[in-house]
Amino acid sequence: MISAPSVVAVFLLLAAASYGALIWAPTENTMGLVQRIFYFHVSSAWSGFVSFILVFIGSIAYLRTRALKWDWLSVASAEVGVAFFTVVLVTGPIWAKPVWGIWWTWDARLTSSFLLWVLFVSYLVLRTLVDEPERRALVSAVFGIFACLDIPLVYFSIWWFRTQHPQPVIGDGGKLDPRMGWVLLLCWAATLGVMTVLIRLRYRLEALRAEVDDYRMNAAREGR
Amino acid sequence: MTLARATGVILAKELRTEFRSRELLGTTVVFVLIVIVLFSFTFNPTSTESRRFGPGLLWLAFLFAGSLMLQSSFLREQTNDTLAALRLAPIDPFSILAGKMAANFLFLLLVEVILLPVFAVLYNIAILPVLGQLLLVLTLGTIGLAATGTVFSAVAAQARLRELLLPLLLLPVLAPVLIASTEATIGVLRDPAELSLVWLTFLACFDVVFLTAAWMVGEYLLEE
Repeated sequence: MISAPSVVAVFLLLAAASYGALIWAPTENTMGLVQRIFYFHVSSAWSGFVSFILVFIGSIAYLRTRALKWDWLSVASAEVGVAFFTVVLVTGPIWAKPVWGIWWTWDARLTSSFLLWVLFVSYLVLRTLVDEPERRALVSAVFGIFACLDIPLVYFSIWWFRTQHPQPVIGDGGKLDPRMGWVLLLCWAATLGVMTVLIRLRYRLEALRAEVDDYRMNAAREGR
Repeated sequence: MTLARATGVILAKELRTEFRSRELLGTTVVFVLIVIVLFSFTFNPTSTESRRFGPGLLWLAFLFAGSLMLQSSFLREQTNDTLAALRLAPIDPFSILAGKMAANFLFLLLVEVILLPVFAVLYNIAILPVLGQLLLVLTLGTIGLAATGTVFSAVAAQARLRELLLPLLLLPVLAPVLIASTEATIGVLRDPAELSLVWLTFLACFDVVFLTAAWMVGEYLLEE
């Protein structure tokens, strides 16, 4: 169950993060105001990664234990991860257009994020095409494991192309205003909070669906 | 029966089935031929241009061919429910997957070897001096294609819309193979030829990762 206080806490965290990103953090010298989108862009990507790691864990645990709850964790995390990467893929071009002058470039990080998004969209499509719950859990666990194993390979293979993406500047010796670093961490905490709440809600929905299916099957059996 | 012997028996069975009808190989060869012809309209196929774009087109054609050809690997067993019979055999369930993987690898390699000279003639690329190196790249790339393709063929066979689903699952996961094989092939066809150890190692890593993953999930995948 999701307690009301935890939702309120996440909401407050998100409000604080928005205040930090939009007002408290200093405006970046060369890029100006549009740079502020980066706090949510980067933290969404990090939380998206965490969600995909949860898919990996859920998939392996399902194959080992055959407890459907692990499948519920996988599907909840995959959907939330795809949502976060959608945020990444939408906020990226909004930032890139004024700064780089183009919406999109086939640079290493952009391409791999896009491919990652496509991988997990495929995972979700696969789930819609198998009806029987145990079978769906099994085949999507297999594909989930393969997709997660593919992530590092995707990154390494695309990395060897020339990269245009701004290199990480955190911890790069004092040039960065410390407030920017704090705001980024705060934003990450907020997106992680949102991620947790969404995954738990989605997990509960999946559990309720399974319960309804059980009732339906029992009713059908008794009616006969 | 040991794993190796059981795999050999399954492999022999797959080869026998295919060479009695030869429909799968014939159809795939014609399909790749059509793709190779159609690709010639997308750029000006002079010798220099072909060296730059040719390898990518060739590998893309092989990937498409694989994603269509590997469908039948498990679908064939469904018509007479022969997979159930295979499962009843007192052998390691992984040997069924391994045998099919080996067969698919040989089928794909055969298609590629048939079409490589056609491609070389049509696109004015001299392959004879670098044939050995090309075969090495083809072999490493095709192992990855066959390993993931066979597993996903088993996954897709359990879903609806499987003809559409297999390419959807397979192609994004194979993106690293496409990049690495294409880059390695471009290097081999360059004048003077250079065999890129980085990409070959990468392909070998891809093969090892997914063969291991297939071995780990194989027994779950084939159970009823």
